[in-house]
Amino acid sequence: MTRDEKATIDYLREKLGEDILAAHSLRGDDTIVVPRARLKAVIRFLREDPVLRLDFLTDITAVDYWRRKSPRFEVVYHLFSMTTHRRLRVKTPVPEDDPVVDSLVPFWRSADWLEREVWDMYGIRFSGHPDLRRVLLYEEFRGHPLRKDYPVNEEQPLVPLRQIEGTFVDERSERKRLRLRLQLGASR
Amino acid sequence: MTTRAQDLPSETMALQMGPSHPATHGTIKFNLKLDGEKVLDCDVEVGYLHRGFQKSCEQATWTQVIPYTDRLNYASPLINNFGYALAVEKLIGIEAPPRCQYIRVIMSELARIFDHLTCCGMAASELGAITVGFYMMEAREWVMRLIEEVTGARLTVTYARIGGVKHDLPHGFAENVRDLFGKIRRLLGDCERLLARNRIFIDRMSGIGVISQETALSYGLTGPILRSTGVSYDVRRAQPYLVYDRLDFTVPVGSKGDNYDRFVCRIQEIEQSMRIVEQALAQIPPGEIIVDDPRFVLPEKEKVYNSIEGLMHHFKIIMEGIKVPPGEVYFAVEGANGELGFYLVSDGGGKPYTVRVRPPCFLAMAAFPEMIRGHMVADIVPTFGMINMIGGECDR
Repeated sequence: MTRDEKATIDYLREKLGEDILAAHSLRGDDTIVVPRARLKAVIRFLREDPVLRLDFLTDITAVDYWRRKSPRFEVVYHLFSMTTHRRLRVKTPVPEDDPVVDSLVPFWRSADWLEREVWDMYGIRFSGHPDLRRVLLYEEFRGHPLRKDYPVNEEQPLVPLRQIEGTFVDERSERKRLRLRLQLGASR
Repeated sequence: MTTRAQDLPSETMALQMGPSHPATHGTIKFNLKLDGEKVLDCDVEVGYLHRGFQKSCEQATWTQVIPYTDRLNYASPLINNFGYALAVEKLIGIEAPPRCQYIRVIMSELARIFDHLTCCGMAASELGAITVGFYMMEAREWVMRLIEEVTGARLTVTYARIGGVKHDLPHGFAENVRDLFGKIRRLLGDCERLLARNRIFIDRMSGIGVISQETALSYGLTGPILRSTGVSYDVRRAQPYLVYDRLDFTVPVGSKGDNYDRFVCRIQEIEQSMRIVEQALAQIPPGEIIVDDPRFVLPEKEKVYNSIEGLMHHFKIIMEGIKVPPGEVYFAVEGANGELGFYLVSDGGGKPYTVRVRPPCFLAMAAFPEMIRGHMVADIVPTFGMINMIGGECDR
């Protein structure tokens, strides 16, 4: 088992060479770190390589190493192979002042919502993403809550009622409100 | 004056379904674009149940995260518990004792039966087969009582501990399970007779919500939804954890990838789960249920109250948390809805640096527009039902 895992990293070092900034295999989890400029090329290779065949994107997330590491963020991809049942973690460092990574939507549709979530929570943008909106939070939310410098007890301002095109104003409820106001006025 | 067809307006209509809608059990909103009753496009809005799971976990100690995991998929909290505990154990590099591993398998499978019964029962009752809904709810209650007997709680079980489980199985558990499975098998037979040749049920399930194998894989779907398209991917088989490699079970797969196949996959999985529990109960060895390692396990109450060392030990673990070596791991278990993964990052302290959950429902909801496009508004109900979106897990 251990020899096998060693083999994956060695194989990747041989094939990708300079593109691998670092690699480790803690508790059997193979991990490689690649520069973000080469991310798409590396992912394409991993996806199409006949030996690895990492054809399934399990997860995308990020980790914020605020005041611990530079560059500050790491975007983490978990790949899986449906044929060999092996996993590989690919990480790419992202600096704070230019938090942009290439989108993987052209390769996998699952990247769509996962990247939206990373944008929502960490404020990392994905260039080439077709529709990079917040997914779990609302558009008016200020900041990105999973950044380590976002305080836990931060309060958000109240959002004014959103006007949505195409909704009908219910006249009955308007009348009801007026009537209620009249009644309240009369009782006073 | 009569109205002729060409006088009627024919532009597309925008309809917002949810976030509070009787058929969407779970708070979610669909922004639909309709042509008459046909769904042209659908935009799914999630996040109504977002409560900052990950941020909360970063404030808690490693052990305090376990109750939060109960609230992820609240239809099968035991699987979440064990998934998290296994991930932490992998990061530490310890393994639970054999008896504990069997207990975890048994309880996971009971939770899976519970989850599938909920999902299938609700889906059937939403399509008018309310008798099936009531039958399955009753069976669910039996399973719930059994879970309550073991864990002491019905929903927020918090049964797992890092390195083991909270307590052993009660006396007479095996007999109770045998009785229960007899009843569930009889009941599933009844439900099959009610549904298998039910015209309404089949018409509304078969051929609806179809997703092809390639699309499902591209969307990262797992669990019964992926298996209904014919891909035999189950984490318990692909990367066996606990003692699943010692147990004999099959992975039911469908062929068409529609709602009916998903329903059948889930019902067949109930039978497979029952087989797993029966085998595990036959094989379960006696012994410890938690690792014997004072670094991770609380001392017995006897020692805490009667010795200063015990008290200090207890205090250290509660106040500072257990020390997990620095590093990162990803560990996946087969949840009731698919691959439930935990990605943990530790900086060596008593609190997790990051606890990322890979939620199977979230990815399934991303694929929902793909499944419903071209179908009717009424088809949203069974399709959404068979995804079994659980807000707690989807929105975290």
